[in-house]
Amino acid sequence: MLLSKKFVSDYIDLDENLSITDIANAMTSVGNEYDYAGKLINCTNLITGEVVECVDHPDSDHLHVCKVNIGSEVLNIVCGAPNVRCGLKVVVALPGAVLPLGEIKKGVIRGVESNGMLCSLAELGLDNKFLKPEDREGIHELPSDTEIGIDGIKALGLDDEVIDFELTSNRGDLLSVIGMAYELGAIYSKKVKDIDLKYNSNDDDINNSFKIDIQTKDCSLFLAKKAINVTIKESPLFIKNRLIASGIRPINNVVDISNYVMLETGQPLHYYDADRLGDTLIVRNATDGEKLVTLDSEERVLSSDDIVIADKEKAIGLAGVMGGLSTEVEENTKNIIIESAIFDSIKIRKTSKKILRSEASNRFEKGLDPLRTYMAIERSCALLEKYADATIVGGICEYKDLVISDTSIDITLAKIKSVLGIEISKEEVIDIFNRLGFIVTDNKESLNVVVPSRRRDIKIVEDLIEEIGRIYGMDKIEGKLPVLDTVKGKYDKTKRAIKHKLADLGLNETISYTLIPKDEVHKFTKDEFTEVMLNDPMSEDKNTLRYSLIYSLLEIYKYNKDRNNSNVSIFEIGKGFYKKDNEYFEENKLCVLMSGEYELDIHNEKVDFYHLKGIMEELLYFLGYDNRYSLLINDYIPNELHPGVSAAINVSGVNVGVIGKLHPNVIKDNVYVMEINLDKLLSIKTGSMKYKDYSKFPSIYKDAAFILDNKVTNKEVLDTIKRAGGRLLSSVSLFDVYENISEGKKSMAYKMVFTDPTKTLSDEEVMELFNKIIDKVVSSFNAELRDK
Amino acid sequence: MENKKVLEIKELMKNDLVDSVDMNKLNDLKVKYLGKKGLITLLNSEIKNIPNEEKKEFGMMVNELRNDFNNYYENKKQELESALLNEKLSKEAIDITLPSKKIKRGSLNPMTRITEEFEDLFVSMGYTVFEGPELESDENCFQKLNLPKGHPARDAQDTFYLKDEVENYLLRSQTSTAQVRAMEENIDKGPIRIVCPGKVYRRDEDATHSHQFMQIEGLVIDKNISMADLKGTLEVMMKHVLGEKTEVRFRPSYFPFTEPSVEVDVTCFKCGGKGCNLCKDTGWIEVLGAGMVHPDVLTMSGYDPNVYQGFAFGTGLDRMAMFKYGIPDIRTIYGNDLRFINQFDRKDDE
Repeated sequence: MLLSKKFVSDYIDLDENLSITDIANAMTSVGNEYDYAGKLINCTNLITGEVVECVDHPDSDHLHVCKVNIGSEVLNIVCGAPNVRCGLKVVVALPGAVLPLGEIKKGVIRGVESNGMLCSLAELGLDNKFLKPEDREGIHELPSDTEIGIDGIKALGLDDEVIDFELTSNRGDLLSVIGMAYELGAIYSKKVKDIDLKYNSNDDDINNSFKIDIQTKDCSLFLAKKAINVTIKESPLFIKNRLIASGIRPINNVVDISNYVMLETGQPLHYYDADRLGDTLIVRNATDGEKLVTLDSEERVLSSDDIVIADKEKAIGLAGVMGGLSTEVEENTKNIIIESAIFDSIKIRKTSKKILRSEASNRFEKGLDPLRTYMAIERSCALLEKYADATIVGGICEYKDLVISDTSIDITLAKIKSVLGIEISKEEVIDIFNRLGFIVTDNKESLNVVVPSRRRDIKIVEDLIEEIGRIYGMDKIEGKLPVLDTVKGKYDKTKRAIKHKLADLGLNETISYTLIPKDEVHKFTKDEFTEVMLNDPMSEDKNTLRYSLIYSLLEIYKYNKDRNNSNVSIFEIGKGFYKKDNEYFEENKLCVLMSGEYELDIHNEKVDFYHLKGIMEELLYFLGYDNRYSLLINDYIPNELHPGVSAAINVSGVNVGVIGKLHPNVIKDNVYVMEINLDKLLSIKTGSMKYKDYSKFPSIYKDAAFILDNKVTNKEVLDTIKRAGGRLLSSVSLFDVYENISEGKKSMAYKMVFTDPTKTLSDEEVMELFNKIIDKVVSSFNAELRDK
Repeated sequence: MENKKVLEIKELMKNDLVDSVDMNKLNDLKVKYLGKKGLITLLNSEIKNIPNEEKKEFGMMVNELRNDFNNYYENKKQELESALLNEKLSKEAIDITLPSKKIKRGSLNPMTRITEEFEDLFVSMGYTVFEGPELESDENCFQKLNLPKGHPARDAQDTFYLKDEVENYLLRSQTSTAQVRAMEENIDKGPIRIVCPGKVYRRDEDATHSHQFMQIEGLVIDKNISMADLKGTLEVMMKHVLGEKTEVRFRPSYFPFTEPSVEVDVTCFKCGGKGCNLCKDTGWIEVLGAGMVHPDVLTMSGYDPNVYQGFAFGTGLDRMAMFKYGIPDIRTIYGNDLRFINQFDRKDDE
């Protein structure tokens, strides 16, 4: 909302010492932020003058050499405008003047001295939409009675200041100059002046020749009046300039008045050419598929959510949003019907979102004060009589389906203090309400506050408390900490611990987007589910909620690789989404991706499956799942993983995730990924951490190496050794592997530790057990003992 | 006669012991003098031929000779061994400037770090970190926050709705929805003290907006909670995150789910409040929205507004991270360039 200082000064006397920035800041402190506060025209050193001599430049086919009288002196100025001529009153930019296009300097143009510039409106920085072709092509022609030697901007009537407010959506009342005046009045303790609604009516009654027929609940108030014999012409300068200052393009006096009154009162109006309208105006909901050509000459297809103004045959306007072309006020319009109405704000919002957001629809959406609906139509009549020579037909067509009432609220001082946390006296409270124009009755125990209908945002006690806070000064509230019971704060320690653990293991944490392309959502998993899609995605590559995080991390890998960083070891914890049996689910997932080098030394060792497996083991151990997990080769492994370098991560019999190398069909690089469903994993209970006794007697260490078939796995050998070793074998681990020691054979060397927690073991006991283990391995796998 | 022999050996030893430069020579000397047939050893066998009165003196001379040799031998041995060790050590010298065998540097995402900073502060004040779902119902995200369908304030949040039979599910556009969850899930409808950090989504994308970003919401409900409590809490919070010198300013504003509502500014951390390009010469930067929970919001989630009142606040964690670490573009955060993420790998200055 652009507020013109001149405009609002019609309704409130502002202290002359107040700068526009002071006013804007004061408004901000009561909750009305602004974007810009300053002059409408940002130019200096402009003065009015008269061209007293104008001859062709001796050395140019389009320049003129002018003598311009600016009162104090006559300046020699070279001017290129086609319309410059002797006797013309002009705006002169003196040397040193700063215009949007730069600073004006004395100069010599093709050998002729030039001491200033004659200005066009375009050169003064007026927004393009306000400019007519002649404002761009030639210098501006001031009226012939313009005094010379006075301020140029003042002579144009553009010596105004404006504030561009960014208002909150509850303050529809501030979308009007009068509303702004009330707000400023509350700030500066000033009274708002009355609006002039006086005009004469003829003896006729509009109801004799015109009817309104409201056929929808979406219109709660509809007023119509008639003005006849209007003269369509240019508006007076002050109307045009106030429209310009408010950001609205002047058109002609009648159209300008409808906009002017809307700016003043906040009530949008619509004027119809009465002679093209017929004798009945209907308000109804559109039928589905109904068509209408709007003022912008576009054909609109409507639905039953749209409200239309219609004659008996067809829709002629889109209520609250845009008029129709067929009844538009034109240059030869003689008689007009004035509409001032209230339409359902939500319906208007829907229609305008679909078709056009306008000054009018914006006001309808925020809700209107019915008193202003009456005020605006009266004000329209007054101005049409005054500035369009209109005769106002007596009577009014009125449809009313609402109750106009002020809001009455009882409030206690205690409640105000308790919500705001301030010390404030009853007198201060009453003063603030008075300044806001609310009527207060002191009932001792409580105050009764009557809020005028213009403040439709105030409905409950808390709204009144906010008003107190706004005017008292929210920032004057002294902060303190709440006095509350001492309780234990809680947070999800496990998720945090996992993140820290993985960062400590050298992984970088990423945060990627939840939204991915639909084509990718079923990849990297064998789970069956319905994907969750957006109704109105911003783009096709972000139309579906991810299920697996692997796609996202792979994208991050590619992004970094493209930037010459292929040493990528990253992790992320995020949600995976799906739909099953018409219900939505989201699960926490942990994803790790590793590629390139993990140890950053000069040995250039690349990440392989076992690095990632190490990370997995470290994590599962840390979370308390030691000895409870295994890697299984089963049909849980997704197709996007290398079939020979992948496994399902199984904890206590539950497949909680997958680990492996990405399939070369997915990416040629050696990229390893792991994904664990954290919700599934963490639902498997672990015991609490407890001290376990360890043997005080010495252990005996034995090594044995076997020649085995290549296809025998480490796990099979380990399981055999453990079974044979029994209780006294306290640990066994593989410490060496030689692949292909001979055709199809490999050597695997194991270290075994024998311990008895109750006594020192004898060599004989251990050797017996050790030999039994060796025999068992040899017989089970048809192995050969290589060394012991 | 025999004493003369001793003196001869002594003389011989004097010459011999001078040039024993390595261990081999030293050991040869030991054999020569103290070996089974060594010169000093042999002197011992001479003692029987010595007259009794001279035996004592002879014995002392031989002993002295042996002691001299032994002293020399031990000293020399130590000297040679130490020289040998030093030579060995010097051969073992490495290039200490070669790169270390470090493993990759890991790091937490700056968003995790900033989230934990908020969480730690509030947990220390007895708050519970509450995590709601990202996929929400329109009812919880809007309607129960006093934003019925068609409410103009919904415009500020262009929401992603799910493709569904009815337009009732969405990706949450604000963590404020946690207010509703927390109140509804609190069966006994007693006091509440929570913060809810998490991802939120809006149809919006430019240098300062990402379609996915993070917010943190705070909610305190009890019997005597006021705007003053809100201000004090936010002062502690902003000082904790942005530094002790940070000041907090309240400006009245409007949110449908709080009444009264305020926008909260902090002193510009770039210029300290003097005015600069970041704060557009105002000295203040807007960082969050807050207010007293609207009585309708309390009522809709089963709280009696005549008994309970509370405050709520919400702020963008990405903005906080951008301010705190000086990140100019929000897209940097979600770009996941390792050159960015890698930087957040050390203890921050307290």
